[in-house]
Amino acid sequence: MIRLENVTKKFPGMKAPAVKGLNMEVKEGDVCVLVGPSGCGKTTTMKMINRIHEPTSGAIYINGEDALKMNPIKLRLDIGYVIQEIGLFPHMTIEENVATVPNEKKWPKDKISKKVDEMMTLVGLDPKVYRKRYPSALSGGQRQRVGVARAMVSDPPIMLMDEPFGAVDPITRARLQNEFLRIQERMGKTIVFVTHDIDEAIKMGDTIAVMRDGCLVQHATPSDLLSAPADEFVASLVGRNRSIKRLHLVRIREILQEVDRAKPATVDMPLDELKKRLEDSDIRSVMVVDRDNKLKGIIGVDDLKKKTGEVAADYIQDITESVTSDATLNDALSVMLECGEGYVAIVNEDDQYEGTITLGDLLNVVKEDG
Amino acid sequence: MFRNLWKWIIIPLLLVTVGIVIVIYTVNNPTDSLVARVLTYSNVLRALSEHMSLMLVSMFGAILVGGLVGILLSRPELYYLGRGVENIVNIGQTIPSLAILALFYTILGLGFRVAVFALFLYSILPILRNTFAGITSVDTSVIESAKGMGMSPFRILAKIELPIAYPIIIAGIRTAVVINVGAATLATFIGGGGFGDLIVTGLSVRRDMVIFTGAGLAALTAIILDYIIGQVEQRLVRWS
Repeated sequence: MIRLENVTKKFPGMKAPAVKGLNMEVKEGDVCVLVGPSGCGKTTTMKMINRIHEPTSGAIYINGEDALKMNPIKLRLDIGYVIQEIGLFPHMTIEENVATVPNEKKWPKDKISKKVDEMMTLVGLDPKVYRKRYPSALSGGQRQRVGVARAMVSDPPIMLMDEPFGAVDPITRARLQNEFLRIQERMGKTIVFVTHDIDEAIKMGDTIAVMRDGCLVQHATPSDLLSAPADEFVASLVGRNRSIKRLHLVRIREILQEVDRAKPATVDMPLDELKKRLEDSDIRSVMVVDRDNKLKGIIGVDDLKKKTGEVAADYIQDITESVTSDATLNDALSVMLECGEGYVAIVNEDDQYEGTITLGDLLNVVKEDG
Repeated sequence: MFRNLWKWIIIPLLLVTVGIVIVIYTVNNPTDSLVARVLTYSNVLRALSEHMSLMLVSMFGAILVGGLVGILLSRPELYYLGRGVENIVNIGQTIPSLAILALFYTILGLGFRVAVFALFLYSILPILRNTFAGITSVDTSVIESAKGMGMSPFRILAKIELPIAYPIIIAGIRTAVVINVGAATLATFIGGGGFGDLIVTGLSVRRDMVIFTGAGLAALTAIILDYIIGQVEQRLVRWS
């Protein structure tokens, strides 16, 4: 899909080239993450693909076609582009921002409007609320979403993303990453993704290209990179705690089936039955759901002693944090550590209960892989 | 709806009415025969039309030239020139307006055209400087993302850079208009006419009423134009 052959880029006035004789291929539908310390040439490499920077020498092929011989404007119209600073147009509404590329392509008005609605919904922004707002009225996370929607609106087969989630807080970042992976699962785009965060690379990438001083050091799948780093540099980049990093690679839903845990209690469950449930539970608590299977709270063994009542609803305690099943095990772990509990409730997008994961489950995964 | 009517029609009309009232009052209540001879409707109207022509012709040229040169200097290929030109412009701005008029009198002589030309040159400066500063202050990430999405340099200029720079460009035009209307009162010294004629005549015959009429009308003109441009700016810039 994207092939770089012997690509070198030397900026005028710089002694060393920013990128030296790079050879790389990204397969169709893959997310390729370029990772490395700042100044390693990863952003330059990405920006040569849509010719924001022109290579000094070498060739770039997109679908077998020589990108350097194509009209750059046409080339860019078919490549989605998200940069770290997002670069939303401050004088345009969200709607106009998202419609940028379709407007450049001169789509009919009603088609643009429909597609804008669709994209905003896809990235989780209600068009009715946000269409007419200006970027200055949005939070950092919402702007990132608009940036992604704007890049994807004309359905380009290729996307270039330069630290798209770099400027938001860690919790929002994890959520955006998960949403992005969910969208990507459906869209199957070919993506070149730049980051300096190895954890993000492991989580997002189908393949990871590690760069250093303008050279490609290793290009491998995340699990190969973790188990067989090519040299000292890659090993130090992935760090000592590689087994913990493996938690980035596994999604909760992948292990949820194997976990055997007590069924949740319902809000109207009588006391006797509730006690039985608690005895069956390996975490001395049970989750409580309502009739629609929506997560309502939790009851621990101690709660039975503290309070009185006939049914489960009388003993219920609020749950502060839960995670969705498309989050990674690492997300689950950080929630557990944050809440100081050895378990976390798993819900779907509609807040319906899907299961519970414990610290022990995570340990098992790490042990199996190790 | 009502707010628009108020902003665009009623307030400007009120300001114009103030001017009309001043003229009607002074023309009909001259303090003596000398004032009556100077302050006639035809004299005041002539001063007004001369003043407006001085201002409109010179401003039209200044916006055209200042805007275009500002845009050209902001292009990456000419950017290095832009910084230098900006400094020259800043120095030019420190020359007093009377000195500019006097300077052009020594080179080009007397008359309306010389006055227009001097005002034109003087008004270019803030427009050029603000156009250049406005465009070059647009966030590079905004330009890069526009470029990366496949917008041509011309489209980026027309759709992104200029609209984002509007507030600064219009502020430049606003400054230029106010300075222009004020400096145009000095055109009388080189035979350019305008409200300056009334003021200078008033001074030489020592009649306060004539001075007041000329100065008041010139000030009112500046206020009205400043107000209208301010409204246009609000209209164009709804996003900040």
